[in-house]
Amino acid sequence: MFVINCPFCGEREQSEFKAGGEAHILRPKQPTELSDDEWAEYLFMRKNIKGIQFERWNHTHGCRKWFNIARDTSNDEIKVVYKMGEKPPSI
Amino acid sequence: MKNKYSIFSLIKNAFSYHENWKKAWKDPVPKKEYDAVIVGGGGHGLATAYYLAKKHNMKNIAVVEKGWIGGGNTGRNTTIIRSNYLWDASAGLYNHALKIWENLSQELNYNVMFSQRGVMNLAHNLQDVRDLKRRTHANRLNGVDAVYLDTEQVKKFCPIINTSPDIRYPVLGGTLQRRAGTARHDAVAWGYARGADAMGVDIIQNCEVKAIKRNGDTVEGIETTKGFIKTTKIGVVAAGHSSVIANMAGLKLPLESKPLQALVSEPVKPIIDTVVMSNAVHAYVSQSDKGELVIGAGTDDYISYSQKGSHDIVEGTLNAILELYPIFSRMRMLRQWGGIVDICPDASPIISKTSIKGLYFNCGWGTGGFKATPGSGDLFAHTIANDEPHKLNAAFNLNRFISGDLVDEHGAAAVAH
Repeated sequence: MFVINCPFCGEREQSEFKAGGEAHILRPKQPTELSDDEWAEYLFMRKNIKGIQFERWNHTHGCRKWFNIARDTSNDEIKVVYKMGEKPPSI
Repeated sequence: MKNKYSIFSLIKNAFSYHENWKKAWKDPVPKKEYDAVIVGGGGHGLATAYYLAKKHNMKNIAVVEKGWIGGGNTGRNTTIIRSNYLWDASAGLYNHALKIWENLSQELNYNVMFSQRGVMNLAHNLQDVRDLKRRTHANRLNGVDAVYLDTEQVKKFCPIINTSPDIRYPVLGGTLQRRAGTARHDAVAWGYARGADAMGVDIIQNCEVKAIKRNGDTVEGIETTKGFIKTTKIGVVAAGHSSVIANMAGLKLPLESKPLQALVSEPVKPIIDTVVMSNAVHAYVSQSDKGELVIGAGTDDYISYSQKGSHDIVEGTLNAILELYPIFSRMRMLRQWGGIVDICPDASPIISKTSIKGLYFNCGWGTGGFKATPGSGDLFAHTIANDEPHKLNAAFNLNRFISGDLVDEHGAAAVAH
């Protein structure tokens, strides 16, 4: 359990949010051209990092907006909160 | 086995005040080279080593464990054993394990306290009723014992359940697998460790894997905190840390590691003599031989390796427990803990070869790996020894995420993912 600093609402308990998994996975530009291997990579394969992970969160019980977080998954410490569309910070 | 446990050894040791029991397994220094190395000394890893030595005559092998054996999810689960899964492949896999459980204490000469007290899965809405009836039929076609119970039969089987129609999620029925039950989780790890050790397997604790050495597409060994170990076969059974090991070999797995929590109450006299699970409201409960209620909560939705979980998950589970079992309203909880579970997109495990020769993974058991421990070890040992899967784990390969031939067990997994 931890506190998340929503870029739109400020600090709230994590239970107000929904985790959206690994960030910066781009939807294939031409889905019809994709091989089965590439579909598997896009749909299922995850870095599942122990350490700093870039991930998406949604403030479901608040502003309902999406944003990104860089979080250390080994101790749940949030390093940076940044908006959708922004590049991942260098940590 | 040299030091067989029996009533006579018990009496003999009583005369020396139980101070001269031999160590159940050695504490060896790693050799320079093994025929195979198992990464992860939990139940699944130790069972794998045991069956490699016993059934495939591979005795020059080692199990490396970063902490102590059975200290991960083996020691953190709620000890439920059942095989009432929906699909043919899963029924084959979990029923194979259940059959080994039934004779495991005798086979290991170690009391794993396997207790076939039955597992009941409750239905709380119309869709639950349909799903559970369908699963009952599927189970019976696959030779898995299952019966469907109506509300009255549920109440008769477990009288402390509140079956009143005016609760928020009334009990509309349930399924019962009588051959299912529980076992002592620590004893499973210790029994397999002792059995493997007796056949010459080196169990090396406090030995963390730091790197996997490859020569092209073939493994050459592992770098550990106790030095380099040369080997041509590496079986990874690292549960929540599977992706971490996979990343060392340059592989990505279809896994997400999340906290799963459980808790136990203060010990009380026998009150519930079975296991009751409710998928829809997420509450499941049984009672340990010490008298504690053993309660399983759900997973958090975020990736974490912290072995902690959120308070609201526990609160949600206890709300459901209180509504279903008003008799527990004044119970106090003693301990709460979290384990890190590796969850596959289809809620089924992976017991598979990889694109790297000599590297095998047994992972993705998610929230329900304990029940499969003996079967998982047996089939993974077969896969490693023959470099080919057994027919019972052929469906649980890594390639299914490319071919699309998934084994969707979200319904039978019983913990919402």
